[in-house]
Amino acid sequence: MREKSLKLLVTFHTTAGAMSMEKLCKRQEIPGRLIPVPRSITADCGMAWCTVPEQRSIMEALIAREGLDAENLHELMI
Amino acid sequence: MIYLDNAATTLKKPDAVIHAVVNAMQTMGNSGRSTHDEALAASRTIYDTREKLAAFFGCPRPDHVVFTANSTEALNIAINGTIGSGDHVISTDCEHNSVLRPLYRLEEQGASLSFTAADRQGRINYEDFARLITPRPRAIVCTHASNLTGNKLDLRRIGTIAKAHQLLFIVDASQTAGVFPIDMESLGIDILCFTGHKSLMAPQGTGGLCLREGVEVRPWKVGGTGVQTYLTQQPVEYPTRLEAGTLNGHGIAGLHASLSYIESVGMDAIRAHEEALTRRFYEGVRGIPGITIYGDFSTFDRAPIVSLNIGDLDSSLVSDELSCTYGIATRPGAHCAPRLHRALGTETQGAVRFSFNWFNTEAEVDAAVQAVKEVAAE
Repeated sequence: MREKSLKLLVTFHTTAGAMSMEKLCKRQEIPGRLIPVPRSITADCGMAWCTVPEQRSIMEALIAREGLDAENLHELMI
Repeated sequence: MIYLDNAATTLKKPDAVIHAVVNAMQTMGNSGRSTHDEALAASRTIYDTREKLAAFFGCPRPDHVVFTANSTEALNIAINGTIGSGDHVISTDCEHNSVLRPLYRLEEQGASLSFTAADRQGRINYEDFARLITPRPRAIVCTHASNLTGNKLDLRRIGTIAKAHQLLFIVDASQTAGVFPIDMESLGIDILCFTGHKSLMAPQGTGGLCLREGVEVRPWKVGGTGVQTYLTQQPVEYPTRLEAGTLNGHGIAGLHASLSYIESVGMDAIRAHEEALTRRFYEGVRGIPGITIYGDFSTFDRAPIVSLNIGDLDSSLVSDELSCTYGIATRPGAHCAPRLHRALGTETQGAVRFSFNWFNTEAEVDAAVQAVKEVAAE
């Protein structure tokens, strides 16, 4: 397994929400990638945007500004 | 073979569409089911297509573009998901069975229906809408253009009536999406239903509905969504609410390519070409003895359709003759538009429909005119 580090995860209600996040982050060169939602956050399936915790304020601003379908933000060692 | 049955489905697709479908079938996994490269390729293509369609139709949000297999499925979702027992719905005589049958079934369940009548040229009287509004009006459901005559309806005018009476406005754009600009916002459309395989030049099995923000549609289909697994009900968020099951990612990849193609060629250029072909065919056949043409040709701001009969000949036999002797593909008979056939007086005879597309040529139109002349002369 790869070495774990603290990550910031954004979860979504829909796949479309996750895809819109990925697209906006790529456009704005915000680092990160989509990963399967870790089961310690929710037993549900789906995708999460995974980035570094330092991006929290940027992510929150992006979600608010773009009206993204984000469910929650989590910090997690993965 | 000369293919003039484009109102049923466009046969010739842009090469880019075919390549996109083949590429998708070789590379795409299942959208929303994982985050490996193949699944993400599907998710990205599908989301990009939502964005393109939202821009194309003036839909406020990409996540309010919902994919279906075709217009019929989209209309069933829209009509059954918003109208209930006790509601009153206004529609028109110009509708296809994809609108009529969902409405008739709701009527059996307690909804009431009224229809604006069409005249012998398939035209409706817009003042009828206001007259048909009852104490419990819920929605106006109508086509943008008749699949039988090609007559276009004035969506702006109907949308204004719907808005004035706070009615839901559901539009069937099967015959116009891809050729005529449709802006949901400015036309006051709440739900726009479209299919991919006609003027959008995409594969069969693609289509969808675009929703105005705030419109609540009950899902009829529930199931796997790739999200919220332990929720016992279908998730409430769009588009997932209305998209249970694996989407047609391969077809949607083709739709993505067809939208790009239309953008590159220009919708205005496509419409101008199809209008010119329609005009050429109409002018070519209108003077032939024994020909009856159906629809309002006082304007060519219409879908590229010319339906006709030759004397009292069975339209099915005429279409078969055109196919077997001349290699010209048309559609005969009843066109899933029973109310309009009655209005036109073609309930028994049906009609032979010629419908044109971006890839048709003037030479093909001239050959079709000549064939009609010869059959009419027999």
